[in-house]
Amino acid sequence: MEIDLSQFSQVFFEESLEGLESMESELLKLDISAPDPEAINTIFRAAHSIKGGSATFGFVQVASYTHLLETLLDEIRDGRRKMTNHHQDMLLLSVDLLRNMLDALMRKIDFCDPLLEELQQKFSTELNQDSTPLLSTEVEQKDDSAVWQITFKAGTDILRFGNDPILMFAELRALGQLDVVLLDTPVPDFTHYDPEGCYLSWQLTLATAQPLSQIKQAFEWVEDECEITYEALDQKSLEVTTPELAIEVAPQLENLTTDTPATKATKPAAITQKNQESGSIRVSIDKVDLLINMVGELVITQAMLSQLGQQDEIDHESLILMKQGLEQLATHTRDLQESVMQIRMLPISFAFNRFPRLVRDIGQQLNKKVELVLKGEDTELDKTVMEKIVDPMVHLVRNSLDHGLETPEDRKAKGKRETGTLTLNAYHQGGNIIIEIIDDGAGLDTAKILKKAKEKGLVNPDEEPSEEAIHQLIFKPGFSTADQVSDLSGRGVGMDVVLRNIHQLSGNIDLKSVKDKGSRFTIRLPLTLAILDGQLVRVGSHTYVVPLVSIHESLQVTPDRINRLSEEHQVIRLRDEYLPVIKVFDQFNHRADANEIKDGLVMVVDANNDKVGLLVDELLSQQQVVIKSLEDNYSKVAGISGATILGDGTVALIIDIAGLVSLAGINNKQDHAA
Amino acid sequence: MTQFDDAIVHKNLSENASEQYLTFIMATEEYGVDILSVQEIRGWQATTAIPNSPAHVKGVINLRGTIVPIIDLRQRFGISALEYGSTTVVIVVKVNIADEHKIIGIVVDAVSDVFSVNNNDLRDAPDFGEDTDLSFIKGLANLEDKMVILLDINTLLGNEAHFEAKQLSNIISNLDAESTHAISA
Repeated sequence: MEIDLSQFSQVFFEESLEGLESMESELLKLDISAPDPEAINTIFRAAHSIKGGSATFGFVQVASYTHLLETLLDEIRDGRRKMTNHHQDMLLLSVDLLRNMLDALMRKIDFCDPLLEELQQKFSTELNQDSTPLLSTEVEQKDDSAVWQITFKAGTDILRFGNDPILMFAELRALGQLDVVLLDTPVPDFTHYDPEGCYLSWQLTLATAQPLSQIKQAFEWVEDECEITYEALDQKSLEVTTPELAIEVAPQLENLTTDTPATKATKPAAITQKNQESGSIRVSIDKVDLLINMVGELVITQAMLSQLGQQDEIDHESLILMKQGLEQLATHTRDLQESVMQIRMLPISFAFNRFPRLVRDIGQQLNKKVELVLKGEDTELDKTVMEKIVDPMVHLVRNSLDHGLETPEDRKAKGKRETGTLTLNAYHQGGNIIIEIIDDGAGLDTAKILKKAKEKGLVNPDEEPSEEAIHQLIFKPGFSTADQVSDLSGRGVGMDVVLRNIHQLSGNIDLKSVKDKGSRFTIRLPLTLAILDGQLVRVGSHTYVVPLVSIHESLQVTPDRINRLSEEHQVIRLRDEYLPVIKVFDQFNHRADANEIKDGLVMVVDANNDKVGLLVDELLSQQQVVIKSLEDNYSKVAGISGATILGDGTVALIIDIAGLVSLAGINNKQDHAA
Repeated sequence: MTQFDDAIVHKNLSENASEQYLTFIMATEEYGVDILSVQEIRGWQATTAIPNSPAHVKGVINLRGTIVPIIDLRQRFGISALEYGSTTVVIVVKVNIADEHKIIGIVVDAVSDVFSVNNNDLRDAPDFGEDTDLSFIKGLANLEDKMVILLDINTLLGNEAHFEAKQLSNIISNLDAESTHAISA
């Protein structure tokens, strides 16, 4: 029987990426002057399991690289080396490098990056250097060579699980002088003999300066299924190892509570656990339990109804029962829908996690001191929304750091704390999630924005817009408040892209800014993309759904307010705005009742922050619709974002307003996103 | 023990090196699709039109919560369309397009039969020269004195954009003429 390891490699990748994530966040939180031992342990464990996994799957490059990391971390963990800022940087770079390596492996392409060699070199020089021990006496003891006798009786199944004793012996040999003797072990008689099993045991004699914990690591993957005994051969080594063993046995938490205040010790542990939970689409057992309960209830209701259905005659009493049953059914269905949606929900810490690193890197690059505060990390959000909101958030955070926060000198001059604060906050409000990005920086320079807007002709030269209106200007395409194009922002990839991305998620963004006090960007998003509040409209014999959030108003337009620019292009005057009108039937090649604007209804909708009118025949009901993909079985359709199933079982298509606008070709405005 | 089982399976395979096809009729021809790709057979139901789609794409229907496009194979092959009615048949097939499984309904005149076609009895479609792509035809089979055109449904529905509808109908009629000739000869 051959086991195809590749089926497990996906799990390895997922777990490794999770491990890297927790490594990164622990590294960022680490107080270099007094590193939290539990944090170091977490980082070490992550590196160690990546090493073990990659060795199992034959990813030699990853395995040998993580071995370097592991060695360094082990020395730090054992107190033989003091953690420095340099180490932190090296380890953070390694996290990036390992991510790229894993990515290359996943995509089955060759990995080559000069950084690998450079870092390998750095680690080697670092490791060869004399370590700066914390407790010199302890190390002295450890330098003495000890001789260990290890009896290793392999479990019958170990080869089947991809563990090869030879590899373990090779690992031991790296620790010191190793002698291997194969013991005479009886092999079962023929009827009980499993040809693929392993019936061997060995006696290993290892002379090494390494502690027992290091030796044990060689067998870490198999210790549960194999019989392993360790015996120190001479008295001296026993003395050294006893305290070592004591530490091994004592729970690490106990060890921690003596060193650090309890609050400090428990907090990182809790966060790690949460990270692991949200790293992939794993669902907490509570949610599944709830779902199973709900289905149980549903089955009971179904049983009750079917029992009623078997009666030949329906009397008044059973009619009441049936009504009750149907009511229950409705409740359960609604509950079930809610809990199924819950499964897709992940805490927003999943998105927030990447910001400590980003803020640290950008802060260093810009020589700004930033403190990042994360609030409401437990707020849950649909996975699809989460994936799409990260990019706009990254942009806003960069913006705040680059344009918002001042340099430490400037801040000092203004009488503020040298370190600026950037706060990411998330909370629920109604059926929406609010994400805020708040900085205590300089705020928007309204005078400068207005000047620029006038230069660009976005505002009339003699116009004096309100402060709020000026703030809105930064969402216009091609608008950047940066004086100079920098690495980080100001390349013309502006807030308009952020706004568009958020609109695509059916959300919106608000901005409040006070000079020298800071700015606050507020993103409001629907909790899920799977359900949408829709306005049903009729175009000829066709029914379409328009997302309710994009609709401003719907009106009948009198002929005197319609201006014809050309045969195809007509605008309507609405208060003091001129809006282009898209004839939906025309774009979709349908036959409609109202061929002229005056005969139909114009729906004023938002498209990329510009208003346009859509000509439809009739407004039907408003309802929540479940969004289904059209691409699953067909292909993408211009002007259509998806489909939904109406109450009568028929399909209605959902209009993608931005797509419809570009289909109509009325918005020839330059796209500054490119 | 497992080896023994394997041997039996192998024996069965070599004896039954045939595949089953569901055949259907359109105009004067009989076509066959691999029965394993057929999910279900349905009557005609009104579709929701997809804006700006080709004429042979009739629209989408709700198949127990899944949005399934419906394609008129007559129009796809450039044969004049028939009026749909209660006897119109929609064959819902599972196709594999670019490693993605899609469910598509095809409208045909009538479902005919299920045949086992031995792989030895499968003949390649005649060559009409380099310009004519016949990759959507798996082969021809002679069954009970009639010729059945076995379609490769994945290629046919996967290469939607590749063929001109007119060309297809010509190919089919040519094929018919050629093959009848070949079979009688």
